Amino acid sequence: MVNLGDFFYTLGMWLQGLLMRAGLNESAARGAFSALVAALLPLIALLTAVPLIWLERKWIARLQDRMGPNRVGPFGLLQVFADMVKIFTKEDITPLGADRVVFALAPVLAVAGVVGLWAVIPFAANAFGVDLNVGVLYLVAAGTLSTLAIMLAGWSANNKYALLGAFRTVAQMISYEVPLVLSLLVPVLLSGSLGLNGIVAAQREVWFVFSAPLAALLFLIASQAEVGRAPFDLLEAESEIVAGFNIEYSGMKFGFFFVGEFLHSFTMGLLGATLFLGGWTGPGVETYPALGAVYIILKGTFVYFLFVWARATFPRIRIDQMLDFNWKLLTPLGLFLIPLLAVVNRGLSESSVWLRNAALLGANVLLAALVLTILGMRGRSARMRAASNATPAPAALRR
Amino acid sequence: MTIAQVIFVVISAVVLVSAVLVVVSRNIVHAALWLILSLFGVAALFAVLEAGFMAVVQVVIYVGAIATLIIFAIMLTRREMREPGQQTHRWWPLPALLAMALFAGLAWLLGSLPGTGAAPPALAGEDPVLLLGQALLSPEQYMLPFEVASVLLLAALVGAIVIAGDSR
Amino acid sequence: MDNAWSVVGIFMIVAIVLPGAALIMARLLGPKKPSPIKQQTYECGVETVGESWVQFKAQYYVYALAFVVFDVEVVFLYPWARAYGQLPLFATLEGALFILILAVGLLYVWRKGALEWQ
Repeated sequence: MVNLGDFFYTLGMWLQGLLMRAGLNESAARGAFSALVAALLPLIALLTAVPLIWLERKWIARLQDRMGPNRVGPFGLLQVFADMVKIFTKEDITPLGADRVVFALAPVLAVAGVVGLWAVIPFAANAFGVDLNVGVLYLVAAGTLSTLAIMLAGWSANNKYALLGAFRTVAQMISYEVPLVLSLLVPVLLSGSLGLNGIVAAQREVWFVFSAPLAALLFLIASQAEVGRAPFDLLEAESEIVAGFNIEYSGMKFGFFFVGEFLHSFTMGLLGATLFLGGWTGPGVETYPALGAVYIILKGTFVYFLFVWARATFPRIRIDQMLDFNWKLLTPLGLFLIPLLAVVNRGLSESSVWLRNAALLGANVLLAALVLTILGMRGRSARMRAASNATPAPAALRR
Repeated sequence: MTIAQVIFVVISAVVLVSAVLVVVSRNIVHAALWLILSLFGVAALFAVLEAGFMAVVQVVIYVGAIATLIIFAIMLTRREMREPGQQTHRWWPLPALLAMALFAGLAWLLGSLPGTGAAPPALAGEDPVLLLGQALLSPEQYMLPFEVASVLLLAALVGAIVIAGDSR
Repeated sequence: MDNAWSVVGIFMIVAIVLPGAALIMARLLGPKKPSPIKQQTYECGVETVGESWVQFKAQYYVYALAFVVFDVEVVFLYPWARAYGQLPLFATLEGALFILILAVGLLYVWRKGALEWQ
């Protein structure tokens, strides 16, 4: 009997049935099915880049009061294919003196690091690559591959500007990894599970974005800085003179860095949806589990829209402002948020769900108010200092 | 040979060969890259042994943090990235002999420990991370080392800043 | 195939092979006309002068160092976050103490001026 509501489970069972009829026993069929999923999911991840790039270009265009691609195909839908064909057929120039193997490896690792994140994202109750009991830490580990790729890219190009750019990019990425990892700790704290499936399941009643909005905000900011998107893209922005670590890359290799960045941003959107917006939960998933996939894609796209919106809106910030913001605001915020939430959550673990979440929300609001007050006081004292520094000058000029 | 054994041998070979290449490479940056490969290999070994937490922590800390630190240190202190010249010392057979003797001694010591070579005890389906957490936090087990670890990290941070501050 | 990590292994291998194959395909499809001018390293259109390696700021190292310490700290916190719910409140406070000690470390580094980007 075909139960379309539980589409993924039915599909899985059917494929395993096929494999068993071909001669495999049950556990081998299950293993082969997992291997098949593991082989197809990276392909699916890479293919989502195609509609994604079109979507972002359209959104950015509208936010900048213009139309975006609309010549190639209806509504410019074929634009991405045209760009792909162009990049495929561009000449691949490797600069003299560059380390050829590492030069070619870096873009591959950059993409692999992003695609690797897709292995643990639960798209529906039965649709995921693998349910690791350390899923959240696996996310961080896959992220290190991207950081490594940038370091390799900058070094192997035999170009001091590329190396300098790579250094600064890596410094930015590792700095923002601290609040990112701290914010990833919050869903673990609130759900008691390091696996993404457990985290999604724990959000059946209340999404974590309502229990810990500060952590969600921290994740949003840190993940975009980690990916290197605006407003944190000083180092590879189109309007900068030197394009940073990927200055020597041309053709497909450059294409990979480009696609990797878009895909990384979207994947962070999916992760934000999984960790804070309840992933595949939503009305109707009990009876039709496959509906979960629709929900997570919608939520992930929403978070991705927030990222694109931020990109179109905020001015680029300088690297010293960026690092100050990280080490002097985000990291202390994360460090104080974690024990606060832990104590509230543990202290009220016997109480009802609503009381606990209300208390958590209250704790978030209090901490946010505290931070804003401190920032306000520092801002005021800085303004007063600047004003008092300015006053002696007119007296001197008056003479 | 089962598949698991083949995989183990392949990964171990990668780890060992990259480790040798770290020492033998003439280009110091290449040596760092081989080190990174070796560290990934160790993480893969942890994964094969189903020690998932250790595998990811290995990647996050060793590759993500320490290897980055090493690469930064290399780039900051090498004035020239050129070939450094003669790699081996004149009396190199003597340290090689000493190292092999040390290795043989350690191998014999490890082999004579009870439990070596036996299958690791099954965790009875319990979540290893939960067990680790409980072990780290209960006063009867490892609570004190857990707190001391934070003091150790603090000391490392302060010490490094003091040393770095002197030369800035 | 019982090991969940074998799936991860296959996944990562495919994740590396697929882009690799795309690169090889692009190399076959694209034009190959190397010339000395094209292969020079880019320096804003000017001829390259001198070695490609320059001295870098020690500040990068300080950031990497702080990152190592806080990364290790957070890795310790993950088992704590997993287990604190099943343990008495004392365990939660242990973790809070752990974080507090390292927050003091951050404060020290901040006040020493080691976090300023020169």
